Amino acid sequence: MSTLQREETPKLMKGNEALAEAAIRADMQAYFGYPITPQSEVLEYLTEEVPKRKPNTVVLQAESEVASINMVYGAGGAGARVMTSSSSPGFSLMQEGVSYLAASEIPCLLVNVQRGGPGLGTIQPAQGDYFQAVKGGGHGDYHIIVLAPNSVQEMADFVFEGWRLAEEYRMPALILADGAVGQMMEKVYLPKDGSLPHQTAAWATTGKPKGRDRNFITSLHMEPDKMEQVNLHLQDKYRKLRKEERYELFNVKDADVILVAFGLTARICNKAQQLAAEKGLRVGVVRPITLYPFPYDIIASLAGPNRVFLTVEMNAGQMVEDVRLAVNGKSPVYFRGRMGGMIPNPEDILLEIEALAEKHNLVNQTVR
Amino acid sequence: MNTTTEGMELVYEKPDTLTETPMHYCPGCGHGVAHKVLMEVIEEMGITQDTVGVAPVGCSVFAYMYMNVDMQEAAHGRASAAATGVKRVLPEKYVFSYQGDGDLAAIGTAETIHTVNRGENILMVFINNGIYGMTGGQMAPTSLEGMKTSTSPYGRECSTMGSPLKMTELIAHLPGAYYVTRQSVHTAAAVRKLKKALKFSFEAQKQKKGTCFVEIVSNCPSGWKMTPLEANDWMEKNMFPYFPPGDIKVPNELK
Repeated sequence: MSTLQREETPKLMKGNEALAEAAIRADMQAYFGYPITPQSEVLEYLTEEVPKRKPNTVVLQAESEVASINMVYGAGGAGARVMTSSSSPGFSLMQEGVSYLAASEIPCLLVNVQRGGPGLGTIQPAQGDYFQAVKGGGHGDYHIIVLAPNSVQEMADFVFEGWRLAEEYRMPALILADGAVGQMMEKVYLPKDGSLPHQTAAWATTGKPKGRDRNFITSLHMEPDKMEQVNLHLQDKYRKLRKEERYELFNVKDADVILVAFGLTARICNKAQQLAAEKGLRVGVVRPITLYPFPYDIIASLAGPNRVFLTVEMNAGQMVEDVRLAVNGKSPVYFRGRMGGMIPNPEDILLEIEALAEKHNLVNQTVR
Repeated sequence: MNTTTEGMELVYEKPDTLTETPMHYCPGCGHGVAHKVLMEVIEEMGITQDTVGVAPVGCSVFAYMYMNVDMQEAAHGRASAAATGVKRVLPEKYVFSYQGDGDLAAIGTAETIHTVNRGENILMVFINNGIYGMTGGQMAPTSLEGMKTSTSPYGRECSTMGSPLKMTELIAHLPGAYYVTRQSVHTAAAVRKLKKALKFSFEAQKQKKGTCFVEIVSNCPSGWKMTPLEANDWMEKNMFPYFPPGDIKVPNELK
């Protein structure tokens, strides 16, 4: 994580509002969005605050998410620090644009405050858009940076981090939050205003001065060999991005059971870990922070005999596929999930841990 | 052969705002002329360094290969949304979108209406030739009643396929539309009128008057399966009665 300059006194804020406030402080130049629960506070906060404090910053309510993401394309292509936010059904509508943004290498910050699905689903929190976010929700071979916050503090911090990464790698970055992290209030030490420097975008379409070739933003390459070169370049970029993998480890060294969870679910797993420790069970937690690039190596390094993995998600089992890829058969990998806006509780996870410990004979003899 | 130009008067040269890339358009197609007139206006006004264009998906998808100004290639139908994004962050620049009928009046209908409704200070150039040229001659939102295309092989039947959409008249009702006109490029006189309309649109943009919308009724010799001359003739006889050239919404200063 880059060194982020934060205020010394905390504020009590909603996740969505902290994210919007951080965007203002990160010197966002344009925001385009469309109302959808549970992220509407982002647009509401920006339309209230920006005219008072940063009148030159663009905040525009678009006619749809489709329009929003294409406005992001235009403004980002013109070199502006630009952002949009939405929730699951709205973010689905944006996927064509995300593919274009990734293909045209336009840096931008996207936010998906997930709700339960599929379809219109529910407005309650969920993590069902993991596949869409990390495997490429639109067409073609592309990836975007995916950061998964689990606190109001990270809703603010990841705005800065997302833009920093997006601009360094010239690609979209996504904050993949959920309705709970977006709606809950916690204390937050806001990042300091103006502490995210701008990079020059020599490639941007800002008007062609005499003596320089025209700049054009495109994702169209009709010659297959050229199109393949563009793809190879993107894949090379994604390989370089792997050094930005971020994760948190809790108590994994001597753990018999390792929980793997992201976002809100990771906090619930931390509680389950505490409850398990009180019962003498050795439980660790791996919390991937970057879902793309996914921290395969650290999970692989933890896999081995006499240890089981339990992935906990608010979906039908999505990240667990990446955990299995990382573990690669060296340990059993289990999954516990709730869907449709249901949030797993620590006690249920504890029961699962106990059952696994029993099944695999992992229970510490002295405790037994 | 005598190649000297001494004593000769230069009456025409390609503007610097067009690249050297040979255009891929079919013989007789109106796109090439429309590109040229638009680029001539930009050069003559001396605004090349301050202009950003947005190309569509359709036959003019490669407009950015020919127009020697900074350009973006937008997703199908979204050129006016992308142009909104550009203009909002570069309010002092001249921004134009260039779209065909399928792009602007079918898949991009919502973006078109709302861009004009916001009165975005951009120029929207709308090429209407009543057919999807690039994908091989399918029915467009502006295909005429009875018109045979590859997806209306028995002719467009309005009762089941809808009527040809008069998008230009439709958006002219919106308060955000400042100047709305319908032009063509099939004769020298038409080209001169178009040039005037485009120039006025850029001048209005500088004064932040709202959206300027210039439809160009054009042809598609390949899609219509006609020679260029037949196509222009057919356009005058069939397209013009339904899409009559002329100003549709004119600000007082032009009256």
